[in-house]
Amino acid sequence: MSTYDEAIKKYDPVLGLETHVELSTNSKMFCGCSTEFGAEPNTQTCPTCLGLPGSLPVANAIGIESTIRIGLALNCSIAAYSRFARKNYFYPDMPKDFQTSQYDEPLCSNGYLDVLVDTDDGTKPFRVEIERVHLEEDTGKLTHAGGATGRIHGADYSLVDYNRAGIPLVEIVTKPVPDTGEYAPLVAKAYVTELRDLLRGLNVSDVRMEEGSLRCDVNLSLTPKGSKTWGTRTETKNVNSLRSVERAIKSEIERQSLELDKGNKIKQETRHFQEDTGTTRSGRSKEVAEEYRYFPEPDLVPIAPDKAWIEKLKKDLPEQPSIRRTRLAKEWNFTDLEMRDVATLGGVDLIADTIAQGTSPASARKWWAGELSGHASKAGVELIDLKITPTDIARIDSLVNEGKLTDKLARQVIEAVLNGEGNPDEVIKKRNLSVVSDDSALIPAIEAAIAANPDAAAKIREGKVQVVGVIVGAVMKTTGGSADAAKVRELVLKTLGQ
Amino acid sequence: MSRINREEVANLARLARLDLAESELDEYAQQLEIILESVAKVGEVSTKDVKPMSHATGLVNIFREDVTKESLKREEILRSAPASEDDRFRVPRILDEE
Repeated sequence: MSTYDEAIKKYDPVLGLETHVELSTNSKMFCGCSTEFGAEPNTQTCPTCLGLPGSLPVANAIGIESTIRIGLALNCSIAAYSRFARKNYFYPDMPKDFQTSQYDEPLCSNGYLDVLVDTDDGTKPFRVEIERVHLEEDTGKLTHAGGATGRIHGADYSLVDYNRAGIPLVEIVTKPVPDTGEYAPLVAKAYVTELRDLLRGLNVSDVRMEEGSLRCDVNLSLTPKGSKTWGTRTETKNVNSLRSVERAIKSEIERQSLELDKGNKIKQETRHFQEDTGTTRSGRSKEVAEEYRYFPEPDLVPIAPDKAWIEKLKKDLPEQPSIRRTRLAKEWNFTDLEMRDVATLGGVDLIADTIAQGTSPASARKWWAGELSGHASKAGVELIDLKITPTDIARIDSLVNEGKLTDKLARQVIEAVLNGEGNPDEVIKKRNLSVVSDDSALIPAIEAAIAANPDAAAKIREGKVQVVGVIVGAVMKTTGGSADAAKVRELVLKTLGQ
Repeated sequence: MSRINREEVANLARLARLDLAESELDEYAQQLEIILESVAKVGEVSTKDVKPMSHATGLVNIFREDVTKESLKREEILRSAPASEDDRFRVPRILDEE
């Protein structure tokens, strides 16, 4: 029996997730600096986000509105009165020496998100309850210089870029999620996937895990079966992909169960997920508890959203991802399973955009979920990060339908587009990839194939047309798949008097 | 009864990154004691019908439009930094955190 199965037999996992979402506002949360990703270091700062004396923050209206919309989409209550608070700590990524956050008065609280997970007894719904959704600001980016590893241990000093400091950051905290048993890793992954789609649908964030606009911390504890008190939990950081969410929980369940089996206590600590090994590593363990000395932020006035505004935001929410998926699955004639695969890949919008440009739903799914998902997983990125657009795919698909590309050639075109060689038409021109369908080019290959397969040729002459595949196959092989198979078949039969 | 002891002063000094000498801990404990005593007088007022107040103006919902403004010039901000390298602020290494 595997370590994991052993662990699940003896212990019940309780999980919790803290998700940070960078909002895609134009300007930062409390000042007018740009939030553009990838700018030159320290070119997007001002006295407010650098915490210079005398500067005063003013809250970004879209930041507030987006947070409320996220809360509403997660079925939360919206606070009638809410304040910002200062979370005081010294760390060089936070130039003000406090983070503007929210403490006991978050904007949104007590919601839920339902997710579907495949179990041995079929697809089952799990409800993940939301404790709170609050608004804070992101920190600067540290680079550890010197030392060999680029990690902080062994670093001689650190370099700081404050472009990210002050970008609105929404924190979504779940309540502890019990009773998921062996499905804990899958429930967590399904939750983050669903949350990502919901945020994308709300158009409040880029939700790119690898760019850090969606970040996830995973809390986990184990309770011996039958016990009513929950165990000590650990918090795992650095979980930067959907797959890592699943792996981090699985490995933490295994690690904690082995410790408990040995009679050891679980230390309450921060751990770090390591992508290469799929395990977690102990981070800092604090001797003294954090003392953030929160107090209400005096420089920002309280937020008191009026009911009419909330009602309007609620009315204007987009269709929920799960409801939208059900509707689209019906429209596109996808099975539940096909639709769920597409959703997990983050491909619903890509397929919708491809279909909108004239591609059939089945073909759109074939390209994105069949062909491109392989490229994405090989590159370790998400579908949406591939350097190919729904327009490209729609174009390639229509060329296949017109007989100008075979599936094999289409795959070569896709690869070239992914390599940055241009759009499909440019690639076809540059690489001379169009289908050979003019007779004069095909006849020599067909004659050679007939000569190489005299038995098959004789049978066809006698009227056994079904063996034509042998010769067509040989022609396709010699032409490297660039021939139009239907055309070849027609010509072979004609040559052999059929 | 004493409201604050030297351990608490030492902890506050640590949180505020103040490097206090042993002798100063007692000194500040005494001074803070007097301050706390004075402030405690406020607690004697009956505040049963008074709502806690964090802001003096009574204003709510002051927001700004989500528009960008010009940022500072990088040379200008780095000039005020004690040290910089590669267009970034250079800070001492931090040992106890990651």
